[in-house]
Amino acid sequence: MLALFLFLTIYAWPAVRFNGLHFLYQDTWNLGRLYSDPISVGGQQVLPDADYGILFLIVGTLLSSLMAMALALPVGIGTALFLAEGAPRRLRGTLSFFVELLAGVPSVVFGLWGYVVLIPLLSRHVYPMMARFLGFIPFFGGPTGSGYGLLTAALVLALMIVPLIAATLRDAIVATPIALREAGFSVGATSIEVFWKVVLPSLRRVLIGSSMLALGRALGETMAVLMVSGNALNYLPDNAYSPISTMSSFIVSQLDSALQDPTSMAVRALAEIALILLVISAGVNMLARVLLRYAGGR
Amino acid sequence: MKPRSSADATHHALARIRRRRVFNVLGWTISVLAFVLLALAIADLLYLVMHKGASSLSLDLFTQVTNGIGGGLANAITGTGLLAGGALLLAAPLGIGTGIYLSEFGRGRWGHAVRFWADVLVGVPSIVLGYFGYITMVIAFGWNFSLAAGAITLAIMMVPYIARTTDLALRQVPFGVREAAYALGAQDWRVSLRVVLPAGAPAVLTGILLALAIGMGETAPLLYTAGWSNYLWNGNLTHEPVGYLTYVIWTFINEPFASAHRLAFAAALLITALVLLINVLARLLLTGFSRRLGAR
Repeated sequence: MLALFLFLTIYAWPAVRFNGLHFLYQDTWNLGRLYSDPISVGGQQVLPDADYGILFLIVGTLLSSLMAMALALPVGIGTALFLAEGAPRRLRGTLSFFVELLAGVPSVVFGLWGYVVLIPLLSRHVYPMMARFLGFIPFFGGPTGSGYGLLTAALVLALMIVPLIAATLRDAIVATPIALREAGFSVGATSIEVFWKVVLPSLRRVLIGSSMLALGRALGETMAVLMVSGNALNYLPDNAYSPISTMSSFIVSQLDSALQDPTSMAVRALAEIALILLVISAGVNMLARVLLRYAGGR
Repeated sequence: MKPRSSADATHHALARIRRRRVFNVLGWTISVLAFVLLALAIADLLYLVMHKGASSLSLDLFTQVTNGIGGGLANAITGTGLLAGGALLLAAPLGIGTGIYLSEFGRGRWGHAVRFWADVLVGVPSIVLGYFGYITMVIAFGWNFSLAAGAITLAIMMVPYIARTTDLALRQVPFGVREAAYALGAQDWRVSLRVVLPAGAPAVLTGILLALAIGMGETAPLLYTAGWSNYLWNGNLTHEPVGYLTYVIWTFINEPFASAHRLAFAAALLITALVLLINVLARLLLTGFSRRLGAR
């Protein structure tokens, strides 16, 4: 882990020096003039006009992950409740297994599904409808674009992280002390009231912890996002259907062109993105682990 | 005055009960809907992969190498096997060793720290590990895109995972088993390797299988370390890129040719079926294991 951080920092250091702080708040990814001679800026060899800023990546990453969380949480909680208490007793094991299977599917296959099934469906039917009926909400107006974009990426991400939330939460619900539930029922609460007011609050930390883990996964997810996000360049999303890029998918999609840069500053700038992504996702993960640990035992 | 208010109260109470009943039904409906939504998506995803994949399967797939946008997947199939298998060979001993250490001797602060960082490392995005592999092995060591770089990168992903699953598995082995072994005068290492490890073997194996499944399904880190090759592996560990199935899915679905799409769907079917099969196998092992522990 330390080696990971160290090597990335060392390798990215020239880029960190060259880019400075505006790396974080500018919307430019410009390799410079590829066929000119490199010039020296502040002791670093770079191409003329080279300029790097990744605000659009940070925004794309955070927005898509947070939207995915917003979609996945209610579905995850509902699914967990159904799997733990709602489903016919005999089917519970099988159905849970079915849901957990989803967690094992390779992410590139999710991308394939998004590309082949979701995008045509969304762009032809769902998004135009949404823009018409939800258009009064600021972020949901048209134009609806091609189907690639923020909301599509969020949907695919949500589908990928729901099983994580649902499985953890289901186990926790099953492990809730019977006495707690009996106490709820004994004051006359309905089964939903017991779940909503007694069981779920007692699992608050598990819920937060597992959502954070899911968020960490969403932040770092690469292939599925790469295939459905539209891979926007230097462009901030202006509605829910805009194309975006995330940090991880950008690293993949830009390697080929970054390798064209003879000063290798572009590749180092990609390393700087990887470094920032590492710090963000490791931070989220650490927080989640700490929360889960204090939740006790799990 | 009094009777009226009591009738009123009854009326109110009844209304509230009705309202709460409605909310109860509503809550369960939402819960069922959430599950149905998820199940539909899973079913559709599996249906797509099975349906389109099955119609693209042919014998050529297994015997021919990829040729432009057509041909077979022999190079990718063997490549996936080599990468994941090689990674497993590297990661399994290291992971199991760390796991044994954590469960048997890692009670102190140091053990907690290792456990914590292993958990965090499991959560590090695979692309970051891929980039790490790229700048160290591909560039600094000068291995270029190669089997070694790819397999080692996957191994870095697998080690913390295997270590943690081994740790959790061995901690389920009852303490009495260890005490009995110590009572017979066994040394630390003999207790761990000969007694505790075999007792927890099914669960440890489950972790290894799941790590293998994760490695097989990876794409992003391999793009940076293994590259891609149209040819069968020629035996070189370094300097020669290798093909793998997940690459085919991502690249060929974006090509406008039907033959490329067929390859992509076939690759998706193969990799999904393989990964899910491993998952099912691992799960079966684990249920058998917990039943055995419970029976004791």
